[in-house]
Amino acid sequence: MSLDKATVLHIAKLARIALRDDEVEPLAGELSGILAFVEQLDRVNTDDVEPMTSVVEMELRRRADEVTDGGQAEAALANAPERADSFFIVPKVIE
Amino acid sequence: MSAEIAGLCLTAARDAMAGGDLSAAELTDAHIAQAKAAKDLNAIICENFEQARVGAAASDARRKAGEAGALDGIPLVVKDCYCTKGVPSTAGSHVLDGFVPPYESTVTANLWRAGAVLLGKANMDEFAMGSANLNPHTGPVTNPWQRANDPAKLVPGGSSGGSAAAIAAHVGLGATGTDTGGSIRQPASFCGIVGIKPTYGRCSRLGIIAFASSLDQAGPLARNVRDGAILLGAMAGFDPKDSTSVDRPVPDYEAALSGDIKGMKIGIPKEYRADGMAREIDALWQRGAAWLRDAGAEPVEVSLPHTEFALPTYYIIAPAECSSNLARYDGVKYGLRVAGDNLQEMYEYTRAEGFGAEVRRRILIGTYVLSAGYYDAYYLKAQRVRALIADDFRKAFEQVDLLLTPTAPSPAFGIDEEPDDPVAMYLNDVFTVPASLAGLPAVSVPAGLSGDGLPLGLQLIGRPFDEETMLRAAGVLEEAAAFGAVPALRVGAS
Repeated sequence: MSLDKATVLHIAKLARIALRDDEVEPLAGELSGILAFVEQLDRVNTDDVEPMTSVVEMELRRRADEVTDGGQAEAALANAPERADSFFIVPKVIE
Repeated sequence: MSAEIAGLCLTAARDAMAGGDLSAAELTDAHIAQAKAAKDLNAIICENFEQARVGAAASDARRKAGEAGALDGIPLVVKDCYCTKGVPSTAGSHVLDGFVPPYESTVTANLWRAGAVLLGKANMDEFAMGSANLNPHTGPVTNPWQRANDPAKLVPGGSSGGSAAAIAAHVGLGATGTDTGGSIRQPASFCGIVGIKPTYGRCSRLGIIAFASSLDQAGPLARNVRDGAILLGAMAGFDPKDSTSVDRPVPDYEAALSGDIKGMKIGIPKEYRADGMAREIDALWQRGAAWLRDAGAEPVEVSLPHTEFALPTYYIIAPAECSSNLARYDGVKYGLRVAGDNLQEMYEYTRAEGFGAEVRRRILIGTYVLSAGYYDAYYLKAQRVRALIADDFRKAFEQVDLLLTPTAPSPAFGIDEEPDDPVAMYLNDVFTVPASLAGLPAVSVPAGLSGDGLPLGLQLIGRPFDEETMLRAAGVLEEAAAFGAVPALRVGAS
């Protein structure tokens, strides 16, 4: 499938990546090239094949529902571009 | 003298320190000198020399007290996507500028517990997406190898290219890498060293900055198979904090290197003999099979019928997982923030400026194949083909103990020879991606030189969690190949 400019802008919006006008067309070409490459898979018959969900055969482990970590707000905030007290600061969302 | 000490491999340095002939301080100083001399390669993007000296002194004190660990005093290079507490970790991305992790990855914690010393963090393709280390943000890494009589700078491969170039230049006695579709094995092949990708689940992924979680696996890059086996033993192990970490005892990989492969069956997958395979690659592959036969193993042709679909499968699954994993870079919690008039704009500007072209392409492809209406056609389809690819391997391993293939379709190429077409770059991983999709262990061993004097690797692929058999045969290949060539840009090389 070949991607048009509108579709590229739509997925860029979904991915929250701003694109300049002059970037859209070259990207449409590159992404279409990658899609053409992966669409080779249409030649494989997968009618009775279950999709792989686990790389290594293993049961998902369970653990007791206990608190084992936490109370590290200072460490979690240490890299914040902007903070106040124990909060991350972002541009105003609600007027 | 310094280059001479740096010239000792990990095994030799370990034994020299155990015998009292070498101190950790001398060893670390030698590697710091080597790193400074090799600075132009741009393999190290964050030096940790002062702390390394402190660590080496502490190691000497431990040894004196009779408390030395398996890797005590061994200076190592760590790929920049491993979180190292208090040391910047950026995965080679602008979006993680200034990020200093408040915690340590499990794999590096295991290495430090064994006594190893962090020399520096290695350059890499941004978020481990790439096969050449042509990273515009951190600058390209130069391969210490050059073609005979040609000063052109070559790429080290990728994405663990900084790690591989460092080890080839004798900067550090070993390095950590990560391998998602070949990112340990392909640079190992390009740089004439050993690279091991263990079974998925063997090493914890906790604290390794994620690219594609069902494929990412940590492993060592090393000067030789024994060094690699020692490093893997220290890196591996169960981690309750990684839900896909496997709770199995870690064998003594070094002890597995008995050199005895009599009666072993080695599969030669016929589908890997792709049209247009370079003659020197094919010849090396046949030579590898002959070496294993001479050592008492039996090469057997096998079929992996879905091989041709591995790359297209990978280029759906890896971008899909990447788009999900990289959603966390939003300018709020860490790293880069680019201001906007509102929250949406801040996200969009931060991510536009923070991600390089290849990462952005993969996020967009991943977003597309996971979006409403396309999920079944692309992502689910790829997971079905992935099941068929894994099944091919399962059937092959009913007949054989290991598979032998080339590691990469070519030797290292020039920094100025980057293909314009992203898909052309993806073809570098044609021989490494299938084992990644199936989660299998694989190793690249330097096995010969191309016509113009560049290293070429051979790959062995093993059964799940049977790294021992794989490494045993890798040791035999290494000995038979007797790869002794020296890269032109290694300081102190003679």
